[in-house]
Amino acid sequence: MKEQRPAVEGWFTMDRERPQLLGTRCQACRTFFFPKEEQFCRNPECDGREFEEVPLSNKGRVWSYTEHHYQPPEPYISPDPFVPYTVAAVELAEEKMVILGQLATGVQAKEIEVGTEVQLVLETLYEDDSNDYLVWKWKPTTH
Amino acid sequence: MAKEVAILGVGMHPWGKWGKNFVEYGVKACQDALKDAGVEWKDIQFVSGADTMRNGYPGYVSGATFAQALGWNGARVASSYAACASGATALNTARTQILAGLCDVALVVGADTTPKGFLAPNKGERPDDPDWLRFRLLGATNPTYFGLYARRRMELYGATEKDFARAKVKNANHGLSNPNARYRKAFTEEEVLNSPMVADPLHLFEICATSDGGAAMVISSLEFARKHQIDAVKIASISTVTPTFPNTVIEMPNMSTDSAHTSKLPDAPFRDSIAKAAYEEAGLGPEDMNLAEVYDLSSALELDWYENIGLCKAGEAERLLNDGVTTVGGRVPVNPSGGLACFGEAVPAQAIAQVCELVWHLRGQAGKRQVEGAKAGITANQGLFGHGSSVIVTK
Repeated sequence: MKEQRPAVEGWFTMDRERPQLLGTRCQACRTFFFPKEEQFCRNPECDGREFEEVPLSNKGRVWSYTEHHYQPPEPYISPDPFVPYTVAAVELAEEKMVILGQLATGVQAKEIEVGTEVQLVLETLYEDDSNDYLVWKWKPTTH
Repeated sequence: MAKEVAILGVGMHPWGKWGKNFVEYGVKACQDALKDAGVEWKDIQFVSGADTMRNGYPGYVSGATFAQALGWNGARVASSYAACASGATALNTARTQILAGLCDVALVVGADTTPKGFLAPNKGERPDDPDWLRFRLLGATNPTYFGLYARRRMELYGATEKDFARAKVKNANHGLSNPNARYRKAFTEEEVLNSPMVADPLHLFEICATSDGGAAMVISSLEFARKHQIDAVKIASISTVTPTFPNTVIEMPNMSTDSAHTSKLPDAPFRDSIAKAAYEEAGLGPEDMNLAEVYDLSSALELDWYENIGLCKAGEAERLLNDGVTTVGGRVPVNPSGGLACFGEAVPAQAIAQVCELVWHLRGQAGKRQVEGAKAGITANQGLFGHGSSVIVTK
């Protein structure tokens, strides 16, 4: 059994059942950031410098999506032969922000539309001899 | 109107994949612009270069690189980088020198030599670089973002793939007679829709290529212009605005937007705010524009720009296109040059080339693609990492 590791350190919880993206919140004005902002609050009316790590909502609604039919350049690690994939932009209601992610394997672009509710899942992005490297993806809650 | 400067001369090196040094394209454009202006190189007091990031050190100090190539004349110099908006930034740098009374006449130039194939991040493992991570983690390429915007138009406004293809067909027709365009070929809707799907709903022929090219402009104070020629076309305003927090539209190369949890939304989203600032500075509005050059990185993005520059309300762009309003001969032709669809993008030259095109129309020198009676026009463009770019030119 290979060890499961995140493809990028500290961006999401490694909970396979109910994973969550990890962002930060400014301790002064409470604005959310993803990827994590840990130095300067980007709200122009706030000079906060202290941030806390927070898990983000694990559900959101599709803002838009696009299915890719050609192999992107490196550093994308593409299966051989290339398999089309869909990138969705998903709006989180509480955080009021949009976060990109691929659609989960087995979900077709035609199964979603703007407004479809999706939830976060973890899947293997690539692997080596001893590890699976995981990334977040979006999956319709009805799927 | 004291904030105007005159455009005395414009020049371009044709777009293509010529494989030569970018300096050659820029120098050719400069020489044409100087000749067009009737100004000698030795009389230029300020050189403003738009940088290229793909051609080593000479590209980072482009103003000096072109000044040296033309022969050091002691002019003061500046070099600007603002991604796709670099040309507008360089133009604004020269304009403000003139408006401040620090110089009378300046040369603005940008040129690029581009590598083959898709734009990709620099090599190496760089997990701290978001531009690298978007490719690694998501396979989010530049066309990903164009595809997201296009799909949203379809779902929100009922736009169709045919609408998008028609934007390409229109621009291809416009560019047919443009000697500076790289692609001078007519397309049918079917040809566009039958080209390979790239980022659904966008096909290969709907996504902008990268090109070599160069564009230059000689600008001056109105007083200097009066001594040299009558009725010079004028720059009424230049907008180089950044977004206002929170920017809630997903933008290349980001993997997320700002959060609007805490702050109220700005009066206008970023892309709307770009032209808005240009209109306010010029004291003009969309109804005063006779033509526009907008950044059609994809066919569908051109339609977004119609709304962003105020030609119509959100959701009405397809009707404007399909009614022929934005075709040469219509009320407000968009991309009479052929746009990026016919040029491909030569990053530091493109925003300058957009203004060159307006100048030819306002002078009545645009040949078969001429917008008759054009008195005012607007360019719009957006550079990565928060660079707005919009220039209004008047007679």
